[in-house]
Parts: sequence; structure tokens; C-alpha cells
Amino acid sequence: MGITNPVQLAKANALAAKLGEEVQDKGFILAKLDDLLAWARTGSMWPMTFGLACCGVEMIHAYMSRYDLDRFGMMPRASPRQSDVMIVAGTLTNKMAPALRKVYDQMAEPRWVVSMGSCANGGGYYHYSYSVVRGCDRIVPVDIYIPGCPPSAEALIYGLMQLHRKIRRGNKVIDRV
Amino acid sequence: MLSLERLQSEVTRALGSDVMHLSADRGELSVLVPRPRVADVLRTLRDDPVLAMSQLVDICGVDYPERPERFEIVYNLLSLRANARVRIKIHADEIAPVPTATGVYSGAGWYEREVWDMFGVTFAGNADLRRILTDYGFEGHPLRKDFPLTGYTEVRYDPDQKRIVYEPVKLPQDFRSFDFLSPWEGMTDVNMRLPGDEKAEEKK
Repeated sequence: MGITNPVQLAKANALAAKLGEEVQDKGFILAKLDDLLAWARTGSMWPMTFGLACCGVEMIHAYMSRYDLDRFGMMPRASPRQSDVMIVAGTLTNKMAPALRKVYDQMAEPRWVVSMGSCANGGGYYHYSYSVVRGCDRIVPVDIYIPGCPPSAEALIYGLMQLHRKIRRGNKVIDRV
Repeated sequence: MLSLERLQSEVTRALGSDVMHLSADRGELSVLVPRPRVADVLRTLRDDPVLAMSQLVDICGVDYPERPERFEIVYNLLSLRANARVRIKIHADEIAPVPTATGVYSGAGWYEREVWDMFGVTFAGNADLRRILTDYGFEGHPLRKDFPLTGYTEVRYDPDQKRIVYEPVKLPQDFRSFDFLSPWEGMTDVNMRLPGDEKAEEKK
């Protein structure tokens, strides 16, 4: 990942050197399990491809070389069994709703859902339509809503970084009250 | 490319007494023909050596609720040889079936399914007249003028039954009453005074 800030770069280098020492000295590294899990979960979130409309095109932009979601370890998967996060990108129609739920049910835990664009958030332009679901949260639980019609690729990446943050802060192994 | 006058005379020659009404307006030729004759008319236009309307571009429907036969079915034809387009129209209603065009243009099948789905016009002879766009088990024909915009049912996931359920529509947000005085929504009269315009005039 491109770290450009010199302070961050120095920190990252110091961390790498410290890790190297630990491995040299002891042969193992100690870390908090929560942090390790969060690192593992956020490091390679494989999204289920669910491009339904024009938002799908913006999602494709985010995957392609200009924005390159692959630097976050995100590679679009064609199978829900291999996916961690589903990006609902576009208008969800009544006819598509059972298929969306089925795909969500097939995803392995832990799983997350990103609702991308006005249509997925609340029906958007088609809110009053006879054939459109008024928000994909009527079908699946949603973690992050990204506004926009369609949201730009940057907005999608920002939303995914918010999801990373949410994962790092939640899902503790032991809840400390 | 055929001129509109030439196209009109060729179509009149080819169709003869089948022409009920013909309009050549803004460079476009529309012909109204009798409903039972529509397949024969299409075949004539397709097989005519001058016109050679080899492509059926689209079939669509229009609903005019005030008419005794409320629907109009529109066939858009394209001739690659003559580089010309012709629009064939027929009148139809909910009951009387329209002869299918699948024998003339095999691509007509899905268009007729779409017209059936959206308007509820039946096509006699179409071997597979199912709904094509709307949901499985959908009731009604959404492009009819008497079909409500929001339809009758909506879906949601029921966590108890673990499946998608259909329920009567309950709109949490009412229809918006659009403010046509707003400059953002359809202001057509340039002399119209908007609330607040008087402030600008006071300054002068």
C-alpha cells in the first residue's frame, strides 16, 4: 500500500525492523488476538460481485488499475463461498431480491454488506416504483451505506475504508464491558 | 435512401386497401392497418423488393384509456436496403387477440411477450406468451394507465420464515407534492415570477 507520509513511512520501517528483531531473537511474535483477527479480516476482503446497474460500472472502475482495490487485497469473486463482503451496487428489483438473499445466505461468516448508491440505500430514483425494493436493507443487513447516484469510485473506496475501520473497532473476541 | 414521398407511395402501392390511415410527418411514416391483417402487412413489407423491411426494430404498446379499443400496438420496421423506417400501428383491446408476427420476424416473440407483460394484450399464435420482465407471479399490467405507480405488493425478508415475503404496499414516505414554482422543477414560463423575485427588483 502506498504510504507517502514520511512520518508514517518511518513508523512502518521501525515496525518492520522491530518485527525482524523479534523473529531473530525468539522465533515468534506476540500480538493481541483482536488485532491479529482485524488485520486478517481487513487485509484481504474479497467482495462478492453484485453489480446490478450503473453503480456496478463505478465498482468496476474501483477495481481497475486507476484506483486498484487490489492494493487493499480486494479481488472480486464470482462465488459467494469465497467472499467476505457483498457490495450491492445498483437497483435491487423485486425479482432479484430472492437471488440476493440466497447469495448472502451462501456467504461464509463473518460477512459484511456494503450498500452502494441511492437505489440500494432506499430505492432512490425508483422509490415509488412497483418493481423495486425500497432499500436493500429490507432483504439483507447492511453495514455501510454509500450515498451517491452513482457514488464515484473514490466514494466506494472511502466506504470500504470505513468498513475496515468498523471491523477493526468491533468483533472483539472477548467483550470488555 | 428513399425520400419520404417515395416511401409513402411505395408503401401505399404495396399495402393497397390495408392502409386505414397514413401520416407522413417530420420525416416519419406511420401507417394504421386493420388488426387481423397485421401479420400479412408485415410480410408484404418484408418481402417487397423495393421496400425490403428486413428488420423488426421494436414492438411497443400505447394505452389510450378514453378510446373504445384502448391500446395501440406499434411495429417499428427498418429497411437496410432502402435505408428507411416505417411505423405500423394497429388498435387493440384487452380481449381480442392480435395475430402474432413471429411467423414473419422470428425476433418478434420477446417483443410480443413484453407487450403482453406491460399491457395485457394477447397475441394469437405466439407459442410462448409468458411474462418477460416483471416478477414471477406478478399480477396486473404495469404500463396500463389504471395501474398504480407503486403497484400492489412489496417484498421484504422475513427472518422468522427465512424467506422473501410479499406484502401490500405501505409507503413510509408519501408521494412528494412537487413545487412547480421552484426553478429546479419544470419551470416552463420564462415570465413567471418566483417568490423572492421582488427583492431583486427592489435593489434596482
